[in-house]
Amino acid sequence: MYETNYHRASSIDDAVAQFAKGTDSKFLSGGQTLLPVMKQRLAAPSDVIDVAKIKDMIGIEVSGDTVTIKAATTHYDVAQSDAVQKAIPALANLASMIGDPAVRHRGTIGGSLANNDPAADYPAAVLALGAVVKTNKRSIPAEDFFKGLFSTALEDGEMITAVSFPVPAKAGYAKFPNPASRFALTGVFVAKTKSGDVRVAATGASQSGVMRVAPIEQALKANWAASALDSVTIPASGLLADIHGSADYRANLVKVMGQRAVTAAG
Amino acid sequence: MGVEGIGARVVRKEDRRFITGQGRYVDDVKMVGMSYAHFIRSPHAHAKVKGINSTEAMKMPGVIAVLTGQQIVDDKVGNLICGWAITSKDGSPMKMGAWPAMAPETVRFVGQAVAVVIAETKNQAKDAAEAVVVDYEELPAAADIKAAIKPGAPQLHPEAPGNIVYDWHLGDEAAVKDAFSKAANVVTLDLTNNRLVPNAMEPRAAVAHYDQAEEHYTLYTTSQNPHVARLVLSAFYNIAPEHKLRVIAPDVGGGFGSKIYIYPEEMVALWASKKVGRPVKWTGDRSEAFLTDAHGRDHVSKAEMAFDKDNKILGLRVKTHANFGAYMSLFSSAVPTYLYATLLSGQYVIPAIYAEVIGVYTNTTPVDAYRGAGRPEASYLIERMMETAARQLKVDPAELRKKNFITTFPYQTPVIMAYDIGDFHASIDAAMKAIDYAGFPARKAKAKADGKLRGIGVSCYIEACGIAPSKAVGSLGAGVGLWESAEIRVNPVGTIEVLTGSHSHGQGHETTFCQIIAERLGVPISQVSIVHGDTDKVQFGMGTYGSRSLAVGGTAIVKAMEKVEAKAKKIAAHALEASESDIVIENGEFKVTGTDKSIALPMVALAAYTAHNLPDGMEPGLKETAFYDPTNFTFPAGAYICELEVDPGTGKTSFVNFVAADDFGRLINPMIVEGQVHGGLAQGIGQALLEGAVYDDTGQLVTASFMDYTMPRADDLPSFQLSHTTTLCPGNPLGVKGCGEAGAIGASAAVINAITDAIGNNKLEMPATPDRVWHAIHG
Repeated sequence: MYETNYHRASSIDDAVAQFAKGTDSKFLSGGQTLLPVMKQRLAAPSDVIDVAKIKDMIGIEVSGDTVTIKAATTHYDVAQSDAVQKAIPALANLASMIGDPAVRHRGTIGGSLANNDPAADYPAAVLALGAVVKTNKRSIPAEDFFKGLFSTALEDGEMITAVSFPVPAKAGYAKFPNPASRFALTGVFVAKTKSGDVRVAATGASQSGVMRVAPIEQALKANWAASALDSVTIPASGLLADIHGSADYRANLVKVMGQRAVTAAG
Repeated sequence: MGVEGIGARVVRKEDRRFITGQGRYVDDVKMVGMSYAHFIRSPHAHAKVKGINSTEAMKMPGVIAVLTGQQIVDDKVGNLICGWAITSKDGSPMKMGAWPAMAPETVRFVGQAVAVVIAETKNQAKDAAEAVVVDYEELPAAADIKAAIKPGAPQLHPEAPGNIVYDWHLGDEAAVKDAFSKAANVVTLDLTNNRLVPNAMEPRAAVAHYDQAEEHYTLYTTSQNPHVARLVLSAFYNIAPEHKLRVIAPDVGGGFGSKIYIYPEEMVALWASKKVGRPVKWTGDRSEAFLTDAHGRDHVSKAEMAFDKDNKILGLRVKTHANFGAYMSLFSSAVPTYLYATLLSGQYVIPAIYAEVIGVYTNTTPVDAYRGAGRPEASYLIERMMETAARQLKVDPAELRKKNFITTFPYQTPVIMAYDIGDFHASIDAAMKAIDYAGFPARKAKAKADGKLRGIGVSCYIEACGIAPSKAVGSLGAGVGLWESAEIRVNPVGTIEVLTGSHSHGQGHETTFCQIIAERLGVPISQVSIVHGDTDKVQFGMGTYGSRSLAVGGTAIVKAMEKVEAKAKKIAAHALEASESDIVIENGEFKVTGTDKSIALPMVALAAYTAHNLPDGMEPGLKETAFYDPTNFTFPAGAYICELEVDPGTGKTSFVNFVAADDFGRLINPMIVEGQVHGGLAQGIGQALLEGAVYDDTGQLVTASFMDYTMPRADDLPSFQLSHTTTLCPGNPLGVKGCGEAGAIGASAAVINAITDAIGNNKLEMPATPDRVWHAIHG
């Protein structure tokens, strides 16, 4: 690891101020991606601003039909939360499947979304549920937040503070883990909104990162049942291909995981 | 059996320090004035080194030296050696290129070291390494066997035209031809044995110290065989004469074969410690382990088996290309020849066998012995062949095996090995009963109704362990003998130290070897210590690999104990005024049989050392040494049956059951044996389902981290059902055969046979990833 300056921020304002002082600052939340990358000398931030202990960044609130998860809330806390399990059980279930226990006790929702790994789980839920990503500057709809592999709408010095999820009528997540990394080789989140709309997002599959899956959305709008996807074909073009899964295999997984997500959603 | 004697499930003595974090590994060693080494490694699979500029690096903070491959050549440090000479079928010796510890002119695999930075801290060494400018001229690379043997392929070493190290054969070609001419049926099979990365939990490490006044070196290193390391470093690499070089392998976190070899980094650390006048530490990281620890397996084979009209095997013909990587590692040449082709008879009567093995250089990490070493490749080939044949011949796979089992012993195979004993029917019967083989069709039908594809697969393995009779391996080209040594020191107070040439790096020797003593003397194991891993403490020994520690090292302990007991009986008889032949040893006492007269071991020991009242002419002391050379290999064997389900939607495999019926001869500590089998099965299943080193066409290792190389984890594995059938090994007094490699040897074929049974398609290579299985189902 290259030498860096570590700061533990006391508040959101403090974090933003500290960030601005460094020549090449990085926010650090759970550190589940940033720290390994730094250890391998693949990143060399001048300053690391640790936001994981900021009180206003931790916790889960349910208000009416909205679940708000603050950015530094760990995957473990989301998975264990009674409120999340009751309001959006699929989201708690998704959090319970991220990484391993050590990752879940450190990794946070804000860190995951800011990193936008194309195989991360949370982006699928955020996009399928139509969540809103809140930052120290603004609110960004999910639709506008994800900008491709490891790329988001966040500007320099902008920090995620919370994510607000509308409570759906039904939702389910099914993940096929990469055998080595246990990231999503393909994960599909299906949601039926309270207004009857259907939104489906897949992670791990596309060369452009998390994506909506129109053919599945159309089929489920007509008939919310796993069997409705039997005749759906997912095109392999534009999908990722690597030693763990060819593009046509991933295309199949989008469909099969979609079916299993619908079954899980009930 | 005593409570701590042979057969007792004694908790491991060494685990107290391991599980409380008090093990002492090489990286725990700290010395005054210690400096740190960081290697500069080639990013290219094949390139000329045109120049190395370290001017800027030398100006950086904390930098002590930047040493290059040319300097190591200039200092006349020897090249790395391959210790087993193989002769090609045309009578020519194997063709090897030189392997310098750091490349002065040409790099031939990604990760090969070209220079090393020595600095005050590890981070300073890494910083400076980034400032060293290496000028490479890239050359075309041959990243796999196919690319290396095609006409016009890039040539790695001028000494080996066509990248062929040897073209070797074993068996009777004419007899096989004759067998095939009489065949009612011929079964053919093409298969690949995938390349594996060992990934011991502890990466390799070295701490080297040069004492200028004494002209003496000390090396702490992660070795399975510290004496062999000292011998090679001394005799071949010219580091120092043996008496001026102490090699210590303290606690070592797993080896699996990868820590047999004497690697460039350990050698450079020693050389550099004199060069810079400071102790030098190098601790490899996981990326270096992926790139530089010797890999395992990597065969491409074509096999044909001839059957008569009654489904009896008539002959077997095998042609194998073995990938050695860029250089010939220490025992690499023996692995696809004498550790592989000699096991191609499996558990079966095969009247004629002919095997050809072509060893090939490629621009990849060197390949050498890895848990099983040649025997997993042989077993996988034979057992997939038997399954394939059963399906083609439309007979039950278990029945086809039984029909062809060897049933009389000793049995001379057509490929050198003479099996001493075994009962293959007993193993398969035990395994079939444990898994309810007869009930499988009903279970398969039920699974089908649930949308799952269920399969069952059998694997009947045999291995040659207890490596090895020195005369036999010497006649086959080995550069060393493979005996083992032991020294028993009975201290004046009656406690016992056992100095063994075997090295424990996870095997539990500190417990098992004590149990042998406890059994013989009736003393508690707390009274016995095992000393190993230090060339200054222990007499020359050959180390641990090839499931040899108990059968060879344990027998050396027995032989030394026999001498100790003989002398102790003389002392006891003298003290008790009895006849030596009337003395028996029970519960730590020497008794006059049929009387109540006895003398306790501590009193006998004390008598030996006070020497006040010894029989006339007897030397004082109670300490004996034995060197034991086995008369044959041992032949552990067994039957594994795997039942699993495949999800047709994803191609994912889930285990239903995995049963193992092993014959390891006598078990000293069944709990440790079970642990060994569990670990071996995990590695065998890992090879079948998960693990595979993948290079791209340019020779870059794609699977260079755990993000892409799938190491087996607990939730990838079933709960194993183990059992044992026993035929005692007649070749050693303990009746033991060895258990360390069995799981890794036998498991892969059982898993693949089960998957191909489930999906009804035999075209499936390892690792059978969900992607591959799905494509095998759906095309």
